[in-house]
Amino acid sequence: MEPLLELKGLTKYFPVTGGFVIKRQVGNVHAVDGVDLKVGAGETVGLVGESGCGKSTLGRLAARLYEPTFGKVLYRGRDISHASRRALKPIRPEIQMIFQDPYSSLNPRQTVGTIIRGPMEINGLNPPGGHEKRVRELLEIVGLNPEHYNRFPHEFSGGQRQRIGIARALSLNPKLIIADEPVSALDVSIQAQVINLLQELQRDLGIAFLFIAHDLAVVRHFSQRVAVMYLGKVVEVGDRESIYERPRHPYTHALLSAVPEATVDGESRQRIRLAGDVPSPINPPTGCRFRTRCWKAQERCAEEAPPLIQIAGNREGHLTACHFPEAPMTHGEDVVLDPALA
Amino acid sequence: MTAVTLTETGPGRRGDSFLSVQDLHVSFSTEDGTVKAVDGLSFEVEKGTTLGIVGESGSGKSVTNLAILGLHNSEHAEIGGEIWFEDRELVGASRTTLERLRGNRIAMIFQDPLTALSPFHTVGRQIGEVYRKHKGASKREARDRAIEMLDRVGIPNAKVRVDDYPHHFSGGMRQRVMIAMALVCDPALVIADEPTTALDVTVQAQILDLLKDLQDQMGTSIILITHDLGVVAQAAHNVLVMYAGRAAERGTVREVLGAPRHPYTWGLLSSAPRLGSAVDVPLKPVRGTPPSLLNPPSGCRFHPRCDYVKQVGPDLCAAELPELSPESGHGDACYLTLKQKQEIHTQLMEGR
Ligand SMILES: Nc1ncnc2c1ncn2[C@@H]1O[C@H](COP(=O)(O)OP(=O)(O)OP(=O)(O)O)[C@@H](O)[C@H]1O
Ligand SMILES: Nc1ncnc2c1ncn2[C@@H]1O[C@H](COP(=O)(O)OP(=O)(O)OP(=O)(O)O)[C@@H](O)[C@H]1O
Ligand code: SF4
Ligand SMILES: [Mg+2]
Ligand SMILES: [Mg+2]
Repeated sequence: MEPLLELKGLTKYFPVTGGFVIKRQVGNVHAVDGVDLKVGAGETVGLVGESGCGKSTLGRLAARLYEPTFGKVLYRGRDISHASRRALKPIRPEIQMIFQDPYSSLNPRQTVGTIIRGPMEINGLNPPGGHEKRVRELLEIVGLNPEHYNRFPHEFSGGQRQRIGIARALSLNPKLIIADEPVSALDVSIQAQVINLLQELQRDLGIAFLFIAHDLAVVRHFSQRVAVMYLGKVVEVGDRESIYERPRHPYTHALLSAVPEATVDGESRQRIRLAGDVPSPINPPTGCRFRTRCWKAQERCAEEAPPLIQIAGNREGHLTACHFPEAPMTHGEDVVLDPALA
Repeated sequence: MTAVTLTETGPGRRGDSFLSVQDLHVSFSTEDGTVKAVDGLSFEVEKGTTLGIVGESGSGKSVTNLAILGLHNSEHAEIGGEIWFEDRELVGASRTTLERLRGNRIAMIFQDPLTALSPFHTVGRQIGEVYRKHKGASKREARDRAIEMLDRVGIPNAKVRVDDYPHHFSGGMRQRVMIAMALVCDPALVIADEPTTALDVTVQAQILDLLKDLQDQMGTSIILITHDLGVVAQAAHNVLVMYAGRAAERGTVREVLGAPRHPYTWGLLSSAPRLGSAVDVPLKPVRGTPPSLLNPPSGCRFHPRCDYVKQVGPDLCAAELPELSPESGHGDACYLTLKQKQEIHTQLMEGR
């Protein structure tokens, strides 16, 4: 089956300038560096990784809000990597974004109706029955009262505002929604409401999601497949079960072991403490980018970048980029500790 | 400051705790009416311990802590009740007293280090400024102190990094710089408002470890505000669950997370997915919408969203405001009997 969205060797560099009087380029931030990733129609792919590893940049590339430095974005098989504004016009409505902050992403001076209607008007969409009728429908779909049509954003709670943002994204009947930390700013109860809503939309309307989040339990709940990024690269990708139950990349192990759990009794998992900080994306390490913090690193890791491949014992589609992968972790089992901290 | 001190006669009940908040009220006058953001809240923090404060968005967590810091604008905010810190009462304290405490005996760590740090000055200068202001140190001493602090929070190569600007640091490192700045005067109390919400879990774990290490070394008390019950389980000794400006439940982490008694706490615990929970079922949010603070619900603030009103008896929940009881130890503000609470909680645990 042809994927809805396919990213091939996708790369984005941001120039870094220096010098006092005359600014000149002194280097590049390697924000996203050679990412391959597919999203099938109606599928949710979760994207996790360290702060600053390039998740938001990847999302913006996929929505073609950024133009890639190298590599390709294929949408329904069509190369849109460098497509012009005009060429993108018919595709734009199909790919929508939802952002983290429900407070700043809505214009406070516009009514809910105007906010949700906006994209339809800009894109010249004329739904049967008119814009207002469609907006009222959308309000109902996201669980708001259609009577709220003439209210302003400040009259709503955080979760309700996030719903308004979702209704706006839905107004164009998207096939793919790129959700960049859509629930991070919400408390757990409102977060649960919004996740349930997204899950319903996926099921009922067959919308595909690229879902970016820090909360690994939330990602697990919502995503069929998960990609783990580190410093601009995907280091591991696979179906939910493989990533959460049988991860192979040391970084995925570290990430999962660091999830704080709200339980008080019982065997707490052995936690891997990562030493040091993420290296600079301006000057990423040679070879494997995780090697400066990896407890398994050997010479080869510095010399040769590990390819993202299916390791023996992994399921179809479970790919790992590591020369010395961990044994598949089973729950409750101890994992190797960082020797730097011993 | 328009301080409305309720009791004119001497200090309230203080016990041995070193921070004691008694019947705190904070309200704001707005165009639409008076917002009762904090409405009769009492709690204590013991020396060298961490109190985790959790609760719905808008339940008054930040407002409470800004009151401790004396940061509310007296033109808009009306504050009542008492806040005892060390040997001082802060609600009625003068502005100069509060200024002398802030950054010195009481420090604050904010969620977003980028907005809290100035982009125009080196981190060394920003950390040093605080030290000079409160300790009257020279520039040289302040710089040395800044290097010492950066080193202590685990910034490698602190001697060099001290001259860098905030944007030269990653998100996790900036949060460390914020912590260095908060701790530069060896405060007795640190208030951390969502310090790790914007960070990924590995960096979050590093920051929480760091706070714990510093607490062990210095005996600092910490108030940790968070949405994440996992963070509370990992980093706090005691918990305060807030709802609509009041305490719904309080106790040790073991008591509140292990044997929760308030229906709202049950709701919080069952809303969040866990790493092992079933993925094909919808999550269970607390039903209904957050309460209005202009016109708070009568009786128990939670009753319009509570599933157990009938079990209490139809009239009580909506009629009368439940108090936190018992007065110390594991307490909650709900009319269900202890036996009912235990049975319901057991059932809920079996159902998940
Ligand atoms: N417009 C830009 N110009 C220059 N550098 C940028 C720009 N946008 C992002 N970067 C840099 O690219 C890297 C990746 O940033 P990105 O925002 O994609 O990370 P992220 O994974 O979304 O992080 P977080 O989890 O903190 O949101 C970072 O080092 C960031 O500083
Ligand atoms: N200056 C102000 N004027 C009017 N109302 C205010 C003001 N500051 C806070 N409030 C209101 O007081 C209530 C409590 O706010 P607070 O910031 O303490 O919530 P919180 O528990 O910290 O929530 P969150 O988890 O979203 O940070 C909210 O309803 C808020 O709108
Ligand atoms: S390739 Fe080497 S450095 Fe990278 S994760 Fe694997 S073992 Fe560690
Ligand atoms: Mg981001
Ligand atoms: Mg707050």
